Amino acid sequence: MPASLGPEVLRTEHVEKSFGRIAALKDVNLRLHRGEVLGLLGDNGAGKSTLMKILTGYYQPSAGQLYFEGTPIHFRSVSHARSLGIETVYQDLALVDQLSVYRNMFLQREPVFGGAFGILDERQMRRQAIEMLERMQVRVPSVDVDIAKLSGGQRQAVAIARAVYQKAKVLLLDEPTAAMGAKESALILDLIQRLKEGGDIAMIIIAHNYAQIFDVCDRINLVEAGVIAFDKRTSETSVQELTDTVVREYRSARELVHRQQQ
Amino acid sequence: MTKEGASHGAESTGPPLVVEKRSLLRRAGGMVLRWREASILLAGVILAAYFQSTNPAFLSISNIENLIDYTATTSIIAAGEVMVLVCGELDLSAGMVYALSPFIMHFAMTAGLPAIVAIIVSLVAAGFVGLVNGAVTTLLSVPAFVTTLGTMFLINGLTLTISGGFPVQPNAAAAIAATFGGDPWARLAWSLVIAIVLQFVLNRTRFGLHTIATGGNLVAAREVGIKVRSIKVRNFALCSALGGFAGVIDAFRIGSIDPLAGGSEITFAAIAAAVIGGTLLTGGSGTLIGAFIGALVLGILKDGFTLLGVSAFTFDMILGAAILATMTVNVHLTQWRERGET
Repeated sequence: MPASLGPEVLRTEHVEKSFGRIAALKDVNLRLHRGEVLGLLGDNGAGKSTLMKILTGYYQPSAGQLYFEGTPIHFRSVSHARSLGIETVYQDLALVDQLSVYRNMFLQREPVFGGAFGILDERQMRRQAIEMLERMQVRVPSVDVDIAKLSGGQRQAVAIARAVYQKAKVLLLDEPTAAMGAKESALILDLIQRLKEGGDIAMIIIAHNYAQIFDVCDRINLVEAGVIAFDKRTSETSVQELTDTVVREYRSARELVHRQQQ
Repeated sequence: MTKEGASHGAESTGPPLVVEKRSLLRRAGGMVLRWREASILLAGVILAAYFQSTNPAFLSISNIENLIDYTATTSIIAAGEVMVLVCGELDLSAGMVYALSPFIMHFAMTAGLPAIVAIIVSLVAAGFVGLVNGAVTTLLSVPAFVTTLGTMFLINGLTLTISGGFPVQPNAAAAIAATFGGDPWARLAWSLVIAIVLQFVLNRTRFGLHTIATGGNLVAAREVGIKVRSIKVRNFALCSALGGFAGVIDAFRIGSIDPLAGGSEITFAAIAAAVIGGTLLTGGSGTLIGAFIGALVLGILKDGFTLLGVSAFTFDMILGAAILATMTVNVHLTQWRERGET
């Protein structure tokens, strides 16, 4: 973990988001620095995914301000946020089973020779895909096999490699190890660790299983009832403290439900 | 292909992943299996050999010209269906556009346009039907089955109305008539060129890649920013234009433009050719060369049974059984292929 933090890349100030009369986010103040890995935890419905959608430009906040690299910013759309270097790897990975690894890695950004239909520069795609995967130490049987032939971990790794290759400054990973065995998860966590050591990219990992991602994170934010209820560096906290916090939050939520029922 | 995989493995420090290690024999076998068109080509060769053994006239020049009659236009429509199927849709109206477009050509020629221009006008009109199919399907979220079922009836009615139900004769210079379908070898050339060019488009161009991606995983294609609606509309337009072109070719072949020609029979023959050839109805995977061979196999069956003197009634039963048998074998071969490779 870096002793001093890099420059700030992303910040939200008093961000709120409501849908009709329901306030999904009440007052979110999130900071993310270059080279930092932030674990974003929270129960279903806590506002975690709403926050993520605001960071990727899918939603616009009802109130509050976003800052990107220190300047106020308004993400007009997902592609706007993406053009600034905010890449997301969704749970569905956005890979096409019927296409080879290298074709997936260049999907919608294919190098072409030109012509009305755009003749693909297959050689360049293949070569760059191999280089890219080698540099990130992602191992697949071959870049020529169809994505359908890869394991869950390999697919996730290819999707991450693709996002990083788009010159991502901020990488959002939505449950990167969900529905994955221990070995496969370790593979992905290793990859995240290597990216972090590269130091250029900031990552937000959205996860349920905080014990699994704890070691790879620099900081943990816990979203609860539309606010960040817990914000600590992993060097100053522990899985135990996190568990205690989550349990406490859970109990108070249950008490609230009980009171409402009475 | 396996080289990179192996070198990745050697450099790495992490747990070893799957590294391809296959014997030469299995690789050779795998290549035959991976070549999707192989099974349908084999079926075609066996059928041709059988019909040749029962009737030596089967592979004579004049009968090969018959085979071209049965194959060429079906395969041109099948090429369009492959593109639409690969992007995850279906077109039931192509056979009706096949009947409509030669009338448009005829009216354009009667209005005084040169034959070539009239043909282009008919293709543009045909493509416009596809544009409508695509727009209704993608913008109004109507399933393509329903959209094209609607346009199928609509176009049929339109053709009957504008023709008054009577056939007309196409009048064009002999050279143009021969080039656009009068000559059997020209018909074969058109169908082969269309199959080969579109095979290239599908596998080697951006448009083709996006077509596969759209049909293979619509959500993913949209997420990476592919304009999936535009891809679908363009494929629908292409399919209709090819249906129209097939109609023009048959108009010059027969020397008469019949408002009752084609219809759903040729549509389904084309879809059958595409599917027998190895194109999936579920999208994301298809082959134009396979569709051509599929149309050829249907042609061989039809022609061979005609030579044997099998009645038209029995023929449809045999055709149906042949489609079922081919598809069953194909489905299981595909599953086997996938198991064998992992």
